[in-house]
Amino acid sequence: MGKTMVEKIIGKHAGKEVVAGELAIVDVDLAYVQDWTGPLAISQIREMGFKELKRPERVAIFIDHSSPSSAKEIATSHIGLREFARNTGCKLFDVGSGVCHVIVAEKLARPWDLIIGADSHTCMGGAFGALATGMGSTDVAVAIAFGKTWLKVPAAVKVEVKGKLQKGVYAKDLMLYLIGKIGADGASYKSLEFVGETTENLPMHERLVLTNMAIEAGAKCGIFPSDIKTKAYLAEYGREGDYKEIAPDPDAVYERKIEIDASMLEPIIAFPHTVDNVRAISHPDCADVSIDQIYIGTCTNGRFEDLKVAADILKGRHVKEGTRLVITPGSKDIYQKAMRAGLLDIFVEAGGAVNSPGCGACPGAQTGILGDGEKCLSTMNRNFKGRMGNPNSFIYLASPAVCAISAITGKITDPRRFI
Amino acid sequence: MIQKGRAWKFNDNISTDLIAPGRYAHLRSNLPELAKHTLEDARADFAPNVKKGDFVVGSRNFGLGSSREHAAIIIKMCGTSAVIAKSFARIFFRNCINIGLPVIEVDTDKIDDGDILELDLQKGVLLNTTKGTSFTFPPLPTIMTAILSEGGMVEYLKNHGDLVLKA
Repeated sequence: MGKTMVEKIIGKHAGKEVVAGELAIVDVDLAYVQDWTGPLAISQIREMGFKELKRPERVAIFIDHSSPSSAKEIATSHIGLREFARNTGCKLFDVGSGVCHVIVAEKLARPWDLIIGADSHTCMGGAFGALATGMGSTDVAVAIAFGKTWLKVPAAVKVEVKGKLQKGVYAKDLMLYLIGKIGADGASYKSLEFVGETTENLPMHERLVLTNMAIEAGAKCGIFPSDIKTKAYLAEYGREGDYKEIAPDPDAVYERKIEIDASMLEPIIAFPHTVDNVRAISHPDCADVSIDQIYIGTCTNGRFEDLKVAADILKGRHVKEGTRLVITPGSKDIYQKAMRAGLLDIFVEAGGAVNSPGCGACPGAQTGILGDGEKCLSTMNRNFKGRMGNPNSFIYLASPAVCAISAITGKITDPRRFI
Repeated sequence: MIQKGRAWKFNDNISTDLIAPGRYAHLRSNLPELAKHTLEDARADFAPNVKKGDFVVGSRNFGLGSSREHAAIIIKMCGTSAVIAKSFARIFFRNCINIGLPVIEVDTDKIDDGDILELDLQKGVLLNTTKGTSFTFPPLPTIMTAILSEGGMVEYLKNHGDLVLKA
């Protein structure tokens, strides 16, 4: 019987053949935490009595959620993370480095890897043909100290996308459409395996959007076969040697198949307060939605190409009076590329506020908390009530193109006639 | 052991942002303080009034969103006997087991806010004494039962020294 990609990866790491539904104990290739989940993981490692890490070179700590720190308590917890890194020899990505998942994509994720992170969007690493999944601090503590975890082999959903995305329509729109179609729990406990001509043709920065948001459909992971585009991305970051091929068997068994014709898609907006509450931009609900703050960034859409799309729209234009534009590049590398390409100048000239790399306003504790009754349109991956620090505010999700043009008009706007 | 308490009913899609809001991230190093805000944005009356033994009763997709284990921890710190829902988001479900908080999937449409519930975890039976109804639920995988019954992952690893799938 043919195997899905997750069955292959889990099988390799369990040292035995596995099928969906089975439990397995697996070796972990990379375990990581961020500054809001790391302190608890470290205290659990101590509680469990571990003194040394099995493979410190495959453990990473990222200070990205409150970065630079936003409160004295958090600054103090950062001290503990730095000490742990120093004492154990694991990797530390401190203030200024960027969002954990973005850096994992640039520097650490490899095809065939099994990756565990104490952050729900760890699933983004699946774009490389890895099994990457988010877990809580205690599970990741076990993986950090022990180098292993236990898993249920997820049943796989085959997402087959055909047709060419229209100009002005992106992977973000495709993923919001998919989540709207299957629901916020439509892929609970499952693997979303992305195949078909459209996703094959997507560049890595767009594949990463799809796998990043797999969790927003409840999935354990999202995964792509590796190919020439994976190889080129790894080569761009000096990691060509990390490339390996992975693909599902032609007769792999899927629990469900979902077919999407990408050519039919319009830009999609997720309305408050759930990611599956979507509308196509031509829907009457999208007319005259005024926006107080635009936030462009995050692990979902804070890559150079996203900033470039936004800058091309914002160039020579100005943010609407009464609307704020906040931009936070995903990583140091992206920040520097954007600086060198003149994008940051364009943002500042347009009236935007550019922050240092990190999670920025997304987790709700800094640099862009919303006021009572305010509406934010963002490139983020989730729009839950209170997400951006105020339960009395409203978050809409969209692509960087929709966000950029809406910054100029001050209301949700279709980008297609501007690009 | 039978646990008894009242049901605190919640809607579909209770996210970890509602359970443990990001604006209180600085309190993660002070869990008793953070626990005072448990589920605050979903039901402000929960944390000040919940009693030891009570049950958090969700609906569909309880615990979706971020991996923050603090969400499970502070629900437990409030004295909650168990979280009951029609369905759970997977990371939250696993976090509850890892910290020794029972999670039970039953049709919670048949439980109203304020109903008195009795849980017998070993037998796999939940009674709604207010309505005179009962629910049965299937056992967890062996490794999860062991982690839960031993008080969580820390105790489990201290006891076994390793992860073992079968007892």
